[in-house]
Amino acid sequence: MTAANADKPIITLDNVTRSFGAVQALRGVSAEIREGEFFSLLGPSGCGKTTLLRMIAGFDEPTTGTITLDGKPMAGIAANHRPTNMVFQSYAIFPHLSVGDNVGYGLKKKRLPKAEYDREVEEALEMVSLGGYGPRAAHTLSGGQRQRVALARALIMRPKVILLDEPLSALDKKLREQMQIELRRLQRSVGITFILVTHDQEEALIMSDRIAVMFDGQIAQLDSPEALYRKPNTQRVASFIGVMNFLEAKASGEKGDKISLDIQALGKLDIPASALPAGMKSSEITRVGVRPEMMSIVLEGAKSTGHEIDAEIAESEYYGDMTYYLVSLPGKDEPVTISMRNTAGRAVLEPGSKTRVSFSPESIVVFR
Amino acid sequence: MAKRFKKLSWLQAYASVYMVFLYAPVVLLPIFAFNDSTVIAFPLSGFTTDWFASLRDNSALKSAVSNSLIVAITAAMISTILGAFAARAGVRYRFPAKRGIMGLILLPLVLPEIIIAVALLVMLMRLGLSLSLWTVIVGHVLVCVPFSMAVLNSAFSGLDQSLEEASFDLGETAWGTFRRVTFPLILPGVISSLLITFTISLDEFIIAFFLTGTDVTLPVYIWSQLRFPAKLPGVMALGTLLLLLTISLLVIAEFFRRRTAQRRGLDASTTEGLI
Repeated sequence: MTAANADKPIITLDNVTRSFGAVQALRGVSAEIREGEFFSLLGPSGCGKTTLLRMIAGFDEPTTGTITLDGKPMAGIAANHRPTNMVFQSYAIFPHLSVGDNVGYGLKKKRLPKAEYDREVEEALEMVSLGGYGPRAAHTLSGGQRQRVALARALIMRPKVILLDEPLSALDKKLREQMQIELRRLQRSVGITFILVTHDQEEALIMSDRIAVMFDGQIAQLDSPEALYRKPNTQRVASFIGVMNFLEAKASGEKGDKISLDIQALGKLDIPASALPAGMKSSEITRVGVRPEMMSIVLEGAKSTGHEIDAEIAESEYYGDMTYYLVSLPGKDEPVTISMRNTAGRAVLEPGSKTRVSFSPESIVVFR
Repeated sequence: MAKRFKKLSWLQAYASVYMVFLYAPVVLLPIFAFNDSTVIAFPLSGFTTDWFASLRDNSALKSAVSNSLIVAITAAMISTILGAFAARAGVRYRFPAKRGIMGLILLPLVLPEIIIAVALLVMLMRLGLSLSLWTVIVGHVLVCVPFSMAVLNSAFSGLDQSLEEASFDLGETAWGTFRRVTFPLILPGVISSLLITFTISLDEFIIAFFLTGTDVTLPVYIWSQLRFPAKLPGVMALGTLLLLLTISLLVIAEFFRRRTAQRRGLDASTTEGLI
């Protein structure tokens, strides 16, 4: 993907479990993290993602299962002997040291000549756009700068893997979005494997090569951001990543590469057989999902595309560039969410307006 | 409104009387230390510094002072180290009967000192140990550890655990982490604990009186001098010096305690001029 040997696993998790007394924080996690990729562990709080990250760092040991890093089993190897470095949620900047000494903290053990030490520290600071900040006191830094120092402190160690524990959660929205892009760019340029823990699905989608969605101590789906969004394999994943409208559905027949479905509110229609996940039979379909941007509100006088139904606007939320509509469809109690880009010719519709909604059968996702 | 003022003035009167009652004797100490008479009574007869001068050539006093310093410094160091262990364990770890154990360590705070002194005396006699400055040190450590633990508790609980993890993560050993991160950050608390326990040990009378052998500490020496009326102004002078020393030590200790508290509030406050 980004590095030359993209398919070589740098970390192999083999059926890793972790129990705290009677509580099972991890229930058998297996995954391969490729060398040089930006990998995210995404899930709600308490799903075990941080526990897993801390085990990779060496702050915790699996109850059963193995973690292999760069071909070596990590059991019994403490954090200070692992080729991983962590960026902590609180940044953990040493308050009694200068910025430069914070960054050079891990180098001190190598007893480099002073000139070389200074050069390495300056280089690491420049990498995170903090060149010249070395002599400053750590407490004078802003939140975003602390985050960069924490990153420089990890980068200078030239680890095989950098672990990031919700590093952006303490920043305000603007700064967070800027740091997401910057982190991504930095990761590409240094080529070190990054593992990010986050509960923010948007952040994971923006930054990652691959995402492992975790629920209840297990990986629910491991895929690229696009595959996760377009082909979520469970309803839970679908509603965790973005917004998904669910409709009751039943297969009424198969002909060639089409499956005929009888869908609540949308009626009878054919979808491509390729929409069916591998190993699932059409008779197992109980629901389908449609993303808000895959449906649209038909402008008056526009030509019909064939798949249109009557609807009524229940509520509208105006976001400037977008409007989110809650739309009532006949035959469905809960309104569906439809997002529309506010282009020039498109007025924001008032609640109560009668309209028509169009959709394309290709965008329909099926669920068990 | 008027009623409220009246009420307030009653409270003010009460507070004033209370303060006078509490601190007048302390103020009398330096007054009579500079009074040119062996009789402790008003009116004052004249100003002198003779009493302070007489302290200088008193060899019994000098040995009492050096005994007290040995006891206070040793007790302060031992109780601060033990207090640090207890505070660290209390803040960082969960273990069975934690509350009970912590309560037991704090028990000497509420036990009457005379009971501790008598109990220790009986135990030491049973064990066949002879009384010396060391036995006084043991007794003082027992009463000083709770104070040390209380001071260091706030130092340790203000220490973000991820700082130690970060150090470890960056390749440092457990000892290196203590030396480079933990110790510098709790140093204000350590200094504050040393000063407080030093002061407590220096002033302590009952345990020192019961547990010492032939070497007396300063408070025991002062007590022995009170039997001779002629020595009283000298004791006043000595008391004045002790008062000054104690107050300045406690002020310094409070200064460091506040620094620790401040560091706890702001996770990245300064340490300039200290470390």
